[in-house]
Amino acid sequence: MYLRLNSDELAIQDIFRSFFESECSIERVRTSQHTGFDTEAWERLVETGAPGMCLPEHIGGGGAPLTTGAIVADLVGEFVAPLPFIEHLVASRLLASLAPDHDLIPALVSGEKIASLALQPTEDDQAKLVPGGAIADAVIACKGNDLVLASGDDSISLLRNTADLPLAHRSLNGAETIASGGAAVERFFRARSEWQALMAVALTGLGRKAVDIGVAYAKERYQFGVLIGSFQGLQHGFASAITGVEGSHFLSNRAVSALENDSDLGERLAGMAFLFASEAALDASAASLQYHGGYGFAEEYDIQLYYRRAKGWPLQFGDPGVEYQRIANLCLPSGKVA
Amino acid sequence: MDWSFPPAAEEFRTEVRAFIDEHLTDDVISSTHQGTIHNWDFHKKIADRGWLGGAVPSELGGGGKSALEMAVMIEELQLAGAPIDGMGVAIVVASVVLELGNDHLKETIVPKLLSGETLISFGYTEPDSGSDVAAAQTRAVKDGEEWVINGQKMWTTMAHIADYVLLLTRTNTDVPKHKGLTFFIVPLETSGIEIQPVHTMGTERSNATFYDDVRIGDEWRIGDIDGGWEIMKAALKYERGIAGGQFPSPPLIDAFIEHAQKTERPDGSSIIDDPVVRERLVRSLIDVEVCRGFAYNTAFLASEGVMFGVEGSMTKLFASESYKKHSKWFLDMAGTEGLLYLGEEGAPVGGVIDEHFRHAPVTTIYGGTSEISRNLIAEGLLGLPRTR
Ligand SMILES: Cc1cc2nc3c(=O)[nH]c(=O)nc-3n(C[C@H](O)[C@H](O)[C@H](O)COP(=O)(O)OP(=O)(O)OC[C@H]3O[C@@H](n4cnc5c(N)ncnc54)[C@H](O)[C@@H]3O)c2cc1C
Repeated sequence: MYLRLNSDELAIQDIFRSFFESECSIERVRTSQHTGFDTEAWERLVETGAPGMCLPEHIGGGGAPLTTGAIVADLVGEFVAPLPFIEHLVASRLLASLAPDHDLIPALVSGEKIASLALQPTEDDQAKLVPGGAIADAVIACKGNDLVLASGDDSISLLRNTADLPLAHRSLNGAETIASGGAAVERFFRARSEWQALMAVALTGLGRKAVDIGVAYAKERYQFGVLIGSFQGLQHGFASAITGVEGSHFLSNRAVSALENDSDLGERLAGMAFLFASEAALDASAASLQYHGGYGFAEEYDIQLYYRRAKGWPLQFGDPGVEYQRIANLCLPSGKVA
Repeated sequence: MDWSFPPAAEEFRTEVRAFIDEHLTDDVISSTHQGTIHNWDFHKKIADRGWLGGAVPSELGGGGKSALEMAVMIEELQLAGAPIDGMGVAIVVASVVLELGNDHLKETIVPKLLSGETLISFGYTEPDSGSDVAAAQTRAVKDGEEWVINGQKMWTTMAHIADYVLLLTRTNTDVPKHKGLTFFIVPLETSGIEIQPVHTMGTERSNATFYDDVRIGDEWRIGDIDGGWEIMKAALKYERGIAGGQFPSPPLIDAFIEHAQKTERPDGSSIIDDPVVRERLVRSLIDVEVCRGFAYNTAFLASEGVMFGVEGSMTKLFASESYKKHSKWFLDMAGTEGLLYLGEEGAPVGGVIDEHFRHAPVTTIYGGTSEISRNLIAEGLLGLPRTR
């Protein structure tokens, strides 16, 4: 048992922290609000090897475990980075495990091309509201018993949204079938779990930063002649918020480890971590926004960027109510049979 | 991060589970419904396995169970709903005495505590001081070779079945409050002590204890005169991880699932098939997994020899607050029958749902209230200004 980052992991975290500091400053996040994507930052990320870090070595990837991807995901959240790191990572791993010889693989390993995953059920040959759908070169979707790969669509148009995400519908017309059958569909669901677990980690990073922003503000704003951070009402709100975020930190990292180790618990912990982290991140951003007073609502202040993303990022997966029922079916019995 | 327990701890988990299967009978659990949250027989069996002594740190001469093994034991006992309050107190006081006590205390108290023959209660809280524990007013005055103690303690839980009380007293009124405190271990049979029951809305009883010219020798003092705060800190240190409180909900969740699976609503559907019920059950199970993350983290920190503080406050805050929420949900979801008291005909799962609802509020109060936990987190982790 060792529940901190080890020295190698700390080194990786340091490297990527510098990367995000220089390439995903909050100004850069703001300038990419309309596209939800920072092309230049992605090009720099490609130079670090991050897009292929968790892909197998035999196809040219970095061979790192999912837990290493989680280190970067945490920073993606902290910096609310406009980069499809998580989608690309899980979709590429999916393609690599089902069709390791696919033509696209080398470009996905390098990050020259971007992959994503349709998280919504497909309808009428369309994958709706695909995460990163407005920028992904390749989108993998599950159509009945088939996994299909859509690429080269000219008619993609970004749909403006709560969280400045590059969301778009993607046509599956003429999409290529890459695998079929139960095992393939199961592998697709595994990719969804990986997305959930890494998203849970990212939401933890987001929530922690949201609290930091609010606490920093509370240490400089005066009302009634005292720092607002000295009001116990605020202190207790921040304390509850950070407790939720710390809880989501441990649960989401445990979920990533469980998936990495192929534990039976992986799927359910990923779903649980995802649901919990979604609420913890929103609660943290909402508290922090509230404690900014009116400025929290102002475009100019950063906390609103966190608040909107805390809701929008996880909602790409769909209504959490549906997900609660899916997890219920994984862990709970049903009514009496006899 | 590595979330796996070492093999020795996993083997110990199997052993603890087998012990629970054999000894944690329905009778043991229901015995704690009679007001006393302690079961002597069960406690003694744990002691006979050497697990009380095992929990005492080996550098103090304890039985050398590792921090991770202890965490596993405390987790399993809580998941099963075993009465462990007496166990926690025994381990904490034995550890404090071994670290800071005199030979008299080491010889008279420690062996009996660790063999499960005797119990000790905590006498910190007073009628006028709870969260502000250092404001204790119970006076101890030196008279020749003896100490004379006068005052009153509130919430001296288990004093009516214990042989001793770990008593916080004031020995100096001319210095700041933390600097004039002295601790004693007082035999409860000493003349001048009176114990009166304090009944609660839960099934547990506590006590008010009164000290009227209680005379004891200096050999019962633990720590320096006016050095009581050091003992307090040591007690808190050993309490971390041992006191439990990380997994209050699982026994309730298990009981409710059992009830919901076999119980029909008037329209013939099973309670457990209701999507609202299922969502709340999942939410509760998620909260338990969050508690597990917190509990494993504190176990890990203990195994590294790290003195943690805020991490323990977060664990306690989250576990107790979520438990209180669960107890409310489960009562609602059991419907009107959920209100029925222990043993009442038709009470779901024997009435434990009402019992948990009654018990849950105390968990956010004792052992440091939620508000105090939030203060500690705001100050210790977030660096916000102290408000006291
Ligand atoms: C069933 C039971 C068993 C117990 N067993 C024991 C035992 O064995 N031994 C023992 O010594 N004690 C025991 N206690 C006492 C327990 O530890 C105290 O009740 C607890 O510490 C709170 O103290 P208080 O009750 O005096 O409340 P107070 O301290 O008077 O608090 C009242 C309210 O004010 C809030 N408050 C106080 N200070 C602050 C602050 N600085 N900031 C914000 N809010 C604040 C509290 O959170 C609470 O909501 C037990 C209590 C109960 C109910």
